[in-house]
Amino acid sequence: MHELGVTFYILKDVKKVAEENDVKKVNYVTVEIGEVSTVIHDQLIDCWNWARKKEEVTKETEMRIETLEAVTYCEDCKGEYRTVEYGKTCPYCGSEHTYLLRGNEFNIKEIGVDDDT
Amino acid sequence: MSEVKVIEIHENVFKANDEAADRLRKNLTSKKVCMINVMSSPGSGKTTALSKLINMLKTELNVGVMDVDIKTSMDAQKVADATGVRSLQIHNGGLCHIDAEMTEKAIEQFGVDGLDLVFIENIGNLVCPAEFDTGAHKNIMFLSVPEGDDKPLKYPLMFSVCDLIIISKMDTKDFFDFDLEKATKNIRKLNKKATIIPISAKTGEGMEELAKWVKAEVKEISGRA
Ligand SMILES: Nc1nc2c(ncn2[C@@H]2O[C@H](COP(=O)(O)OP(=O)(O)OP(=O)(O)O)[C@@H](O)[C@H]2O)c(=O)[nH]1
Ligand SMILES: [Mg+2]
Ligand SMILES: [Zn+2]
Repeated sequence: MHELGVTFYILKDVKKVAEENDVKKVNYVTVEIGEVSTVIHDQLIDCWNWARKKEEVTKETEMRIETLEAVTYCEDCKGEYRTVEYGKTCPYCGSEHTYLLRGNEFNIKEIGVDDDT
Repeated sequence: MSEVKVIEIHENVFKANDEAADRLRKNLTSKKVCMINVMSSPGSGKTTALSKLINMLKTELNVGVMDVDIKTSMDAQKVADATGVRSLQIHNGGLCHIDAEMTEKAIEQFGVDGLDLVFIENIGNLVCPAEFDTGAHKNIMFLSVPEGDDKPLKYPLMFSVCDLIIISKMDTKDFFDFDLEKATKNIRKLNKKATIIPISAKTGEGMEELAKWVKAEVKEISGRA
């Protein structure tokens, strides 16, 4: 739902890194999104393709998305399981004393630029 | 042909905002201004309850209210009109949330000097505002009785980031078969620490307790600086 807002943060960050590295044109930016983060991939890409035109350095930058698996931890049996499959309830012992270990990420991983040195 | 070079970033998308929020929070603490971010679904009773609450507080505290400058909203203005306190407008460009940079700009523009307490009435939405730290000291949310006692399960992040959860419109609980115990249980699954206060702006139920909670937070900030 907040894909547009987030797009501007990514744009700002990519621009900053490009400037720091004296880069004129960014070919792609890779973001990592956890499976249970609420970001809708297609919408993010749409927002990006619209917003990227605002800056010279990102005008043609492609957005690449990598998905990170979500894992939940059970406090009662110390087990770990795939969140997407079982949700809040531990498949080993049925406990609900569980919490998300990872899968909520939203990171800017890297950018790819022309290396003409 | 030029080769592609990879520059690694590995940075959380929200990091810049989180840092801006921490800066703002420190700045407000040093000015002894307590800021409270109020979130909820649309129509849950924020404007009504805040107006009543501020009328109870304003003899003791200097209060300000802040919200976004959507033409159809102007809730901060409504509260200001109903209570006579200062209103601050945030420009958020029509986005689904308020972030620290927007709050910071509004504070620069309108000023908070002399205020003890500022409420932000966030955008009516249970998803996006939960992800963006506004720089407030405390986050509170309204869950209104007509929304149902199972609502926490549908919006886990929102319920887990709040310090206070207000169950509003308690006067309607019999019409909606709202089970307070069940709601509390559902909230506790996500958030063990939050204070829960059932209120009705209409009958006044819980309003004293709410005012007490807010005053304690203000004291905490003014005492810390
Ligand atoms: N029965 C009852 N109705 C209430 C109460 N508080 C607010 N309302 C009604 O609920 C409706 C919405 O109230 P608002 O205070 O505008 O809610 P809000 O959360 O500020 O709404 P938005 O800013 O539009 O999201 C109005 O019709 C109020 O009269 C209450 O305690 N009991
Ligand atoms: Mg309102
Ligand atoms: Zn288990």
